[in-house]
Amino acid sequence: MPAPNAAPSKVSRASLDELARTCSQVRRDILRMVHAVQSGHPGGSLGCTEFMVALYFKVLRHDPKAWNMDGVGQDLFFLSNGHISPVWYSVLARSGHFPVKELATFRRLDSRLQGHPTTHEGLPGVRMASGSLGQGLSVAIGAALAKRLNGDTHLVYSLHGDGELQEGQVWEAAMSAAAHKVDNLIATVDWNGRQIDGDVDQVMPLGDLPAKWRSFGWDVLEMNGNDMADVLRGLEEARSRTGQGRPVVILMRTEMGQGVDFMTGSHHWHGVAPNDAQLDRALAQLPETLGDY
Amino acid sequence: MNPYPKLDEKDTRSGFGAGLLEAGQRDPRVVALCADLTGSLKMDAFAKAFPDRFLQVGIAEANMMGIAAGLTIGGRVPFTGTFANFSTGRVYDQIRQSIAYAGKNVKICASHAGLTLGEDGATHQILEDIGMMRMLPGMTVVVPADFNQTRQATLAIAVHEGPVYLRFGRPKWPVFIPADMPFEIGKAQVLVPGTDVSIFACGHLVWRALEAAEALLREGIRAEVINVHTIKPLDTAAVLSSVERTGCAVTCEEHNRHGGLGDAIAQVLACHRPAPQEYVAVNDRFGESGTPDQLLRKYGLDTPDIVAAVRRVRARR
Repeated sequence: MPAPNAAPSKVSRASLDELARTCSQVRRDILRMVHAVQSGHPGGSLGCTEFMVALYFKVLRHDPKAWNMDGVGQDLFFLSNGHISPVWYSVLARSGHFPVKELATFRRLDSRLQGHPTTHEGLPGVRMASGSLGQGLSVAIGAALAKRLNGDTHLVYSLHGDGELQEGQVWEAAMSAAAHKVDNLIATVDWNGRQIDGDVDQVMPLGDLPAKWRSFGWDVLEMNGNDMADVLRGLEEARSRTGQGRPVVILMRTEMGQGVDFMTGSHHWHGVAPNDAQLDRALAQLPETLGDY
Repeated sequence: MNPYPKLDEKDTRSGFGAGLLEAGQRDPRVVALCADLTGSLKMDAFAKAFPDRFLQVGIAEANMMGIAAGLTIGGRVPFTGTFANFSTGRVYDQIRQSIAYAGKNVKICASHAGLTLGEDGATHQILEDIGMMRMLPGMTVVVPADFNQTRQATLAIAVHEGPVYLRFGRPKWPVFIPADMPFEIGKAQVLVPGTDVSIFACGHLVWRALEAAEALLREGIRAEVINVHTIKPLDTAAVLSSVERTGCAVTCEEHNRHGGLGDAIAQVLACHRPAPQEYVAVNDRFGESGTPDQLLRKYGLDTPDIVAAVRRVRARR
């Protein structure tokens, strides 16, 4: 039975077009950042672009200008699969957390935009270090519990890779979130079926993923992470299912490398930077909509 | 004479339990997490007094560390409780990334440290934890000497901003630090002033060091006994000031000789004031089952071992 506040998303065509333009620019940022230092992780970043843009430009109830570590009275987001930092940095900059031109410092000495996200350099928008996989769900649960203790009704969102689910800590966390009825948390899994060494099914199959999460006591939704309308619908539905005694997980189907034709269809672009010619080919597919940094 | 006579016998973990309850009463931000060892860590009183601020996480220490880190976001002051082995080695990467590197205000409280956990044997007797924790940038490492000091240390770390590793133990142990003796993180305590040798000790071995000093006095050797309850940040000034007068050092710890208090002191001496030093520590071995007293004797951490180390180091001056 749908929750009383579960209204289908009414997003106008114009609004979807605007989000699509933002996605195009974010994808350009990702590719240019990774190309500039010839390192980083474009594949998952490109695949999660719609989700991150939807989250930061439509869904999160937050004020980027008033960002602070405690985030009381704000929705929070944790990136557990920290290697897709390029998409996060782009979206954080484009949503006003820090100057867009700072994207040019990605992975360079003395930068706040470290290879993997960190609080260490004081980058607004980042509340936890991540990169060593499997740790972010526990952190998100802790932050959600702090909100509950503080009487703060805002939500906590988190994103995880599907390969990351091979880490045991994720399932320790999943068990505890259900046990403690952490129902102000929406975790999303980037279900692209790829990881560094190959297809997830080949490296270490996850089995029946929806059934696994359900058996751990979670409310499970699925959505197409590369269809903006479906992402908005999925996130809204997830939000409507919070506050009902169970944590919520969205299993989000995406394509690694989405948006660049030659980067999709394999795990190859998980952590490989394009060369000059490849960058040109890729950028030709992605209109510059908001101005390159 | 030992100016700190034995007042009582109590386990240091009970000092932690008492301190945690008080910290919770003083500050509503304090929350506690435990991985299925609430009774062993003496966290029951806190759990009973503040059920909403106590989180049972089950046998899942990695998750506990992550949840604790998350709880700081929103201003909570989390204390995690489990055995020292599961507080450090099992969760080193979680502590490293989600707590130390992220600069989170988590208090990692570790019981059953060292050989004196006794009969459970080497799987549980971690002797490497001080080394692991003091290698982490920004981590404070506190190893109090008795029940009273563990209680005081628990209260002190509750108001200290930043990640802390607090190490204590299982057995009943002499209580000799007066309950009202001031405790300051990072400030070593000269318990017995002396001129002939500096004995630096932490945790359970502080009592053994006091016994050794008494025995040495009967031989006419006036040992200075210093309680180094904070391994990091180390009270460098206190170390140098003592060795300046005595010219030699003995370090005593319930830990592997690699990476612990002895190495911390050796580094200070080597860099600032080279002087002979002898280690009273476990000689790069794993422990085994036995009573605490038997184990301290077998592994060379007993009072006569400290006395012998003093004789050796004085001969090298």
